[in-house]
Amino acid sequence: MIAYILRRLLHAIPILIGVNLITFALFFIVNSPDDMARMQLGIKRVTPDAIQKWKAERGYDQPLFYNAEAGGVDKITHTIFFEKSLKMFVFDFGRADDGRDIAVEIKSRMGPSLAIALPVFILGLFVSISFALLLVFFRATYLDFAGVVFCVAMMSISSLFYIIGGQFLIAKLWHMVPISGYMSGLEAPRFLILPVIVGVIAGIGGSTRWYRTIFLEEINRDYVRTARAKGLSEVVVLFRHVLKNAMLPILTGVVVVIPLLFMGSLVTESFFGIPGLGSYTIDAIGSQDFAVVRVMVFIGSLLYIVGLLLTDISYTVVDPRVSLQ
Amino acid sequence: MSVITTINGLLPVVFWTDALIFLLLACIVALGFYVRRKEHLLIGWRRVGESRIGMAALTVLLTFVAVGLLDSLHYRQQLEGRRDQQSQYAVAVLSLLDTIAMPLKTRTEKTYSAPFALDAYAKETVELPNGAQARALPRLKYGGAHLKSPDDLTRDVATTALLALLPAALLWLGISVLVARRCGASVRGGWKNGWQRVWRGETRFAWNAVLITLGVLLVLMIPLAALSNSYHVFGTDKVGQDVFYLTLKSIRTGLVIGTVTTLVMLPFALMLGIAAGYLGGWVDDVIQYVYTTLNSIPGVLLIAAAVLTMQVVIDMHPSWFATGAERADARLLALCLILGVTNWTGLCRLLRAETLKLRELEYVQAAQAFGVSRLRIMSRHILPNVMHIVLISVVMDFSGLVLAEAVLSYVGIGVDPSTISFGTMINNARMELAREPVVWWSLVAAFIFMFTLVLAANVFADGVRDGFDPRMRLRPRRRLQERTA
Repeated sequence: MIAYILRRLLHAIPILIGVNLITFALFFIVNSPDDMARMQLGIKRVTPDAIQKWKAERGYDQPLFYNAEAGGVDKITHTIFFEKSLKMFVFDFGRADDGRDIAVEIKSRMGPSLAIALPVFILGLFVSISFALLLVFFRATYLDFAGVVFCVAMMSISSLFYIIGGQFLIAKLWHMVPISGYMSGLEAPRFLILPVIVGVIAGIGGSTRWYRTIFLEEINRDYVRTARAKGLSEVVVLFRHVLKNAMLPILTGVVVVIPLLFMGSLVTESFFGIPGLGSYTIDAIGSQDFAVVRVMVFIGSLLYIVGLLLTDISYTVVDPRVSLQ
Repeated sequence: MSVITTINGLLPVVFWTDALIFLLLACIVALGFYVRRKEHLLIGWRRVGESRIGMAALTVLLTFVAVGLLDSLHYRQQLEGRRDQQSQYAVAVLSLLDTIAMPLKTRTEKTYSAPFALDAYAKETVELPNGAQARALPRLKYGGAHLKSPDDLTRDVATTALLALLPAALLWLGISVLVARRCGASVRGGWKNGWQRVWRGETRFAWNAVLITLGVLLVLMIPLAALSNSYHVFGTDKVGQDVFYLTLKSIRTGLVIGTVTTLVMLPFALMLGIAAGYLGGWVDDVIQYVYTTLNSIPGVLLIAAAVLTMQVVIDMHPSWFATGAERADARLLALCLILGVTNWTGLCRLLRAETLKLRELEYVQAAQAFGVSRLRIMSRHILPNVMHIVLISVVMDFSGLVLAEAVLSYVGIGVDPSTISFGTMINNARMELAREPVVWWSLVAAFIFMFTLVLAANVFADGVRDGFDPRMRLRPRRRLQERTA
């Protein structure tokens, strides 16, 4: 098991290097740092001096890969590639283009992001699985059909409308919670409840349909027929047998997103004014802060790889037949 | 990309996305002719055609596509000038849809106005006949301008709508009779028999579903079009533009994102997926590495990174584009390309897995034994047999891409702000609910059109999947069994 995990972690390194190269190529080769400086300073009335100063302040004035002027190890280390890309592997993220420390920002913003993403994830999972089991219990009846129609309709609504609608109804018309904003501590739930409800509802359609398909695929198996032949009630069959056996495909889709919960949701956070990582990314995109976007891409892919590893480990937990070697 | 031939003082302009849309259309038509002659391929489509709900969805989708295609024929108008001068063309690029809906495009009010409103949204200082000044809601410049008194509004709307129902009914009857004639052509009794067969649901193709959907669409759309001539049926937005016009223009953007993205990613996914599965070895390793790497970057972030850099490239080279519309189009195309790059991995993986399975089948081994080259095996024996996977994933992706456009435009990494799309509409309108009185109409209009488009696409995709992938079909087809029994 431990050997397996170690091997998987080693496999992750070339992938992370690949991700790094892609972002590096996008941000430094497609656009030169000069272009970036011109964008940031405004296209008109930019003197070469201003560009040089902007680049020097942010450490973009070095060569890309190989510094011929420096001596010794510095030939490699005093380059943009080493400073901006390779250092991410030891979680040295450097500063954003506006001068703030990215690592500090990430640490302080992780909490609010998780405070929304985690409840949405858990509640959403619970609601969709229960709903799907209900539909499967009433399968091939009008209730099931109506449920599927409901799911397809829910899937066809853009997530933006859920947020706008939720804010309008619950916050503006009924004045139950503030429209947006965030406070930490005991006040937090007042601000979190609306984004969480909206997030759960927005996800119901797609995931319920997906779980329903998984359950229906299980329900025609031989072991289910045996269970029924033994005289077990349909509820017991569903919860004790079908749900357990459907765990594997469910875990495949679910566990991989758990680490990504740290990143928060871009749209929800910016609509509700939650100071999490999602709104941090959106602000960076808005102000064209490439340093932040680059770091977020790196962290995102790192978390995704961790998610894949967790998925494999979770298989061994739910299914004793799976052993990792 | 502009063609230098003029027709009646119009300079046709072919945007990149236009060219790709028509290329796609040509591909679909060619594929249609190809499938017609292959019985084994027709079976799947017949099954799709039998699905009533699927065909109803297809009818709705085709209506959207028709609007989108009208909006994809672009031209620039010649400016008035002296004969001896080299002809000059207007900077504004118009489309055929713009020409048809010209009244909608040009009749802009000052600012917001509610659907069917006669008065403006905001109070203004107006001069009374006796010279005094007062704060009042001024009449709109165009919305219901022909009415003598505001009391006539309901009557006028009702008569216009009812009068418009007449051509709608005639058109629908005409189409129905044509369909009935076609269905009755092969049997005794001519079109009357065909009419009965259609409405009893005895035709194999679900004509009754198509005709009912068409009827509903005509009854809704033709009165709406007639009313939009003299009213703002969905109101106007902040700068006074007609919201109905904006929603019509948004359709093309949504369709382009949904289809062109697929078109650009398809060759990669097909070639790499089949090559990885069939050739194996180091080719497989490399391709797997590439798609795992791309896949491990969260989609939105990769798109954000790529769009940001592309934006800088476009902004740094203003000379590449003759008009603002061309620049916006380049951005739309680039967005499609980027979405394609981030989206092809899923299909590629599916194709690789299927090819691995097919590779071991007898007919492929027979081809190998005959000494057929590897390239030929892949193109002649594997490719046609994975096409159903491609088809299913293409139609399933469409709705997701249309939804993604709205979110990306909101995040600021979507289409150019000057491109009219559902995303930009929602983005501009989202603060309007906080106004007093509430400005709800832009959002509701965008919601209705987007929801209809995506719902139709989802339902049609389900129909296609059921038709081509029997394993995925969860409900037994009761009607079919009754008929064969």
